[in-house]
Amino acid sequence: MSLLQVENLTKRFEGLVAVNDVTFNVDRGEILAIIGPNGAGKSSLFNLVSGILRPTSGRVFLEGQDITGLKPHRIAQMGITRTFQTTTLFNQLRVADNLAIGYRMRTASGFWSTIFHTRRWKEDREKTMARVLEVLDFIGMTDKAFDFVSTLSQEEQKRLAIGVALAGEPKAILLDEPTGGLIQEDTDGITQLIKKIKAAGITVCLIEHKMNMVMDLADRIVVLNYGNKLAEGTPGEISTNPAVIEAYLGREYVA
Amino acid sequence: MDLFLQQIFNGVMLGSTYAIVALGLTLVFGILHIPNFAHGHLYMLGAYVSFFAMTRYGLGFWPALFISVFVLALAGVVVEFLVYRPLRDQPHINSFISAIGALIILETGVVVIWGPQAHRIPNPYPGTIELLGMTMTQQRLLLIIVAIIMIVLLQIFIKKTTPGTAIEAVAQNREGAMLMGINVNRISSLTFAISTGTAAAAATMVAPIFMISPAMGALLGMKAFIIVILGGLGSIPGAIVGGYILGLIEALGGGYISADYKDVFAFGALLLILAIKPTGLFGREVA
Amino acid sequence: MAVKFLREKWFYLVLLLAAVTLPLVVTDRYIFQLAIMSLIFSIATLSLNLILGYTGQASLAHAGFFGIGAYGVGLMTKAGLSFWLALPLASFISALVGFLIGLPTLRTRGSYFAIATLCFGVIISIVIGNWVELTGGHTGLLGIPRPKIGSFEFSSQISQYYLVLAFLLLTLFVMHRLVHSLQGLSFMSVRNNEPLAEAVGINTFATKIISFMVANFFAGMAGGIYASLIGSISPSTASFNHTFNWLVYLLLGGAATLAGPILGAFAFPLLMEYLQFLEDYRLIIFGVLLIIVIIYFPRGLMGGIESLQHRIKTRYRLRKGDGKNVVTASGKSHQAV
Ligand SMILES: Nc1ncnc2c1ncn2[C@@H]1O[C@H](COP(=O)(O)OP(=O)(O)OP(=O)(O)O)[C@@H](O)[C@H]1O
Ligand SMILES: [Mg+2]
Repeated sequence: MSLLQVENLTKRFEGLVAVNDVTFNVDRGEILAIIGPNGAGKSSLFNLVSGILRPTSGRVFLEGQDITGLKPHRIAQMGITRTFQTTTLFNQLRVADNLAIGYRMRTASGFWSTIFHTRRWKEDREKTMARVLEVLDFIGMTDKAFDFVSTLSQEEQKRLAIGVALAGEPKAILLDEPTGGLIQEDTDGITQLIKKIKAAGITVCLIEHKMNMVMDLADRIVVLNYGNKLAEGTPGEISTNPAVIEAYLGREYVA
Repeated sequence: MDLFLQQIFNGVMLGSTYAIVALGLTLVFGILHIPNFAHGHLYMLGAYVSFFAMTRYGLGFWPALFISVFVLALAGVVVEFLVYRPLRDQPHINSFISAIGALIILETGVVVIWGPQAHRIPNPYPGTIELLGMTMTQQRLLLIIVAIIMIVLLQIFIKKTTPGTAIEAVAQNREGAMLMGINVNRISSLTFAISTGTAAAAATMVAPIFMISPAMGALLGMKAFIIVILGGLGSIPGAIVGGYILGLIEALGGGYISADYKDVFAFGALLLILAIKPTGLFGREVA
Repeated sequence: MAVKFLREKWFYLVLLLAAVTLPLVVTDRYIFQLAIMSLIFSIATLSLNLILGYTGQASLAHAGFFGIGAYGVGLMTKAGLSFWLALPLASFISALVGFLIGLPTLRTRGSYFAIATLCFGVIISIVIGNWVELTGGHTGLLGIPRPKIGSFEFSSQISQYYLVLAFLLLTLFVMHRLVHSLQGLSFMSVRNNEPLAEAVGINTFATKIISFMVANFFAGMAGGIYASLIGSISPSTASFNHTFNWLVYLLLGGAATLAGPILGAFAFPLLMEYLQFLEDYRLIIFGVLLIIVIIYFPRGLMGGIESLQHRIKTRYRLRKGDGKNVVTASGKSHQAV
């Protein structure tokens, strides 16, 4: 069974269908890329899967379990975390704090154990520290642990955003244009990081405009256009699909 | 039955004021995405400017009203420039606090100049009209009519004129509007001017009916917020409908249940609406 | 890290010493009374700080909850209940009301919550003013008994001072533990970026509810102490002006710091005292000050001190150049700011 199943998902905004009857699966351990021209409905699709938007119709299943319409934090706890298209971080806090927040859902200490510093509180603290150090190492930012987010470079912020999503030990991670706004030279680090995520056994869903990167990374590709699923297949199949070339590659790839 | 109609009439009158004040508030919200917490206080200042023009310079009701609208439009521009513009990209709570600073200045300023006591503006149309068994003072009837005219004119302005459509464009998509070459700063000023100018007109129309006092702004401002939330932040039809709903709730609740608690009904209605539909009656889904 | 920790401990110890010895230094009864009020308002401002400063939710009903605590303690002690029972009960009621109000309003974001709590604050004062049988209406409650331990009554200024100081320390302790913890990070994540917090699995609604309840518990407690020390309360106890004042203390002192609210609660009334000769113009200055501070010094006095400290520290660290050590050594604390 696939890790994630999206069935007949539709989202209608007033006067516009952002996602129209889209169905696809994401298999365990693969990198699935979602591509399509601007406004195709890619980000909306992520918002639907991660619970930020409620679908007009259709269902989403995680490991066979229906997660449609659950609150975002429930979906995150069940194992799907995400990054946002416009890099969002906890920009008033330090790098390590950002990661600790990413892991917070795996700790249970609440009000009372915090006030009385119970054993659970201490354990949670140890666990969080260990996880933060682990993720810092994974995203290669150990030396930045106590820097404020605002002092990081654009590329570092993108990496940290991925780290925050990874900290909570998700089964699948949804990356919305992880290199958006970066110059070509800066994308290599992110590409490597995504490969590393896959190697760690985490399933990746990736929205990306940079086609060479998609072709390099993706196991399979889903193409959206005006909210509809236009095609689905391996990079090889997609790059020779006439409908895709017509609708998407023909314009964007050349440009 | 007579009492009922009378209450309805009072509700509509109250609602007319509320609708105008809320309309200005919602326009500003649409542009700045923050509630102008000083709105009620600017309304209060509008009443005082009219009062001043009439008592000090002996102007008639209508000239005083126009002066007040003009002065308050200017005041709105100044407030936007000094209090809100520097904080535009900061967390909302910051503009909110500087608004509190502004309303403290406004209220204390009025107290310093005109004293803390209430004043009365002479009623220009004290006569009454009998209709359907109701007694209506002409001033109240006039208030309703003027309010409706203002609401209609404002709608026409927004839908049919270039600056009006620019306001709507900025409200819907700030970046897009900027790309289209709209000067967002100028639009913000304009919106504020309209919002406070219309509030001044409403305040002056109401002033002969109730007394004016430095504290009148705070309560009205809060009610305007309730309406704007009832109707959905930024929604123009929401503000109008919400204004009349609140006016009716207050008049009927105050008339039939308890006058002491009439404000509680208003605020209670808000809490209820928020509990049922957090984005308000006409609110839109946010991603 | 250890050094920093010690230094902070010392810092607090010195402050505590100053607080404990203050009654020996201040002889003016009026100023002393001001200090007692500042202690009470420090508790209120600290609790406002939790929901507003750390969690980013502008609760404008804070004086309302202060009023609930005040009337709760006032009514219960007048009915014969011991202060020591009435105070936790009233605080708990305040927290519970906060929970009920939070249920509909904390689902919303930003402005909605501010406006809704503003409305709720007004409802509370209207109810207090009009429910004459219970609250005594606009005359208020008079003759509220002072706290007692055995036969000892807290009637002297000195005893009252130490009583409030003890409660302030309790409040500080709870706030300190909350804020310097994973729970504190949850609060700050909601303040900083609610959609992201939600996307990484934080139940932002529950987090806000907890923060709001704790804040209201201590607001109620401050009100209860106020009622029984002052001995009389009226609808103005729950008035908006209090919320505004605390907001100012909080912002001037520095939101999202623990020292800031206390600093503000002491410095500002003192400043106002010295500006007494300005009469009504005082409030105008107050408004202007608020706008200037929020535009140019959004982090208040403590923010100013901290950025100074930070500048010195980074220079020091640059000189030493041992970033790696810094990481593992201070990795224990996941504390921001
Ligand atoms: N909350 C919303 N309300 C109304 N319309 C929306 C909303 N969110 C997205 N849309 C519309 O839905 C369509 C799809 O948007 P979406 O952001 O999903 O596109 P995208 O494929 O991610 O584009 P891009 O490549 O530019 O990021 C667009 O026309 C957009 O304007
Ligand atoms: Mg997108």
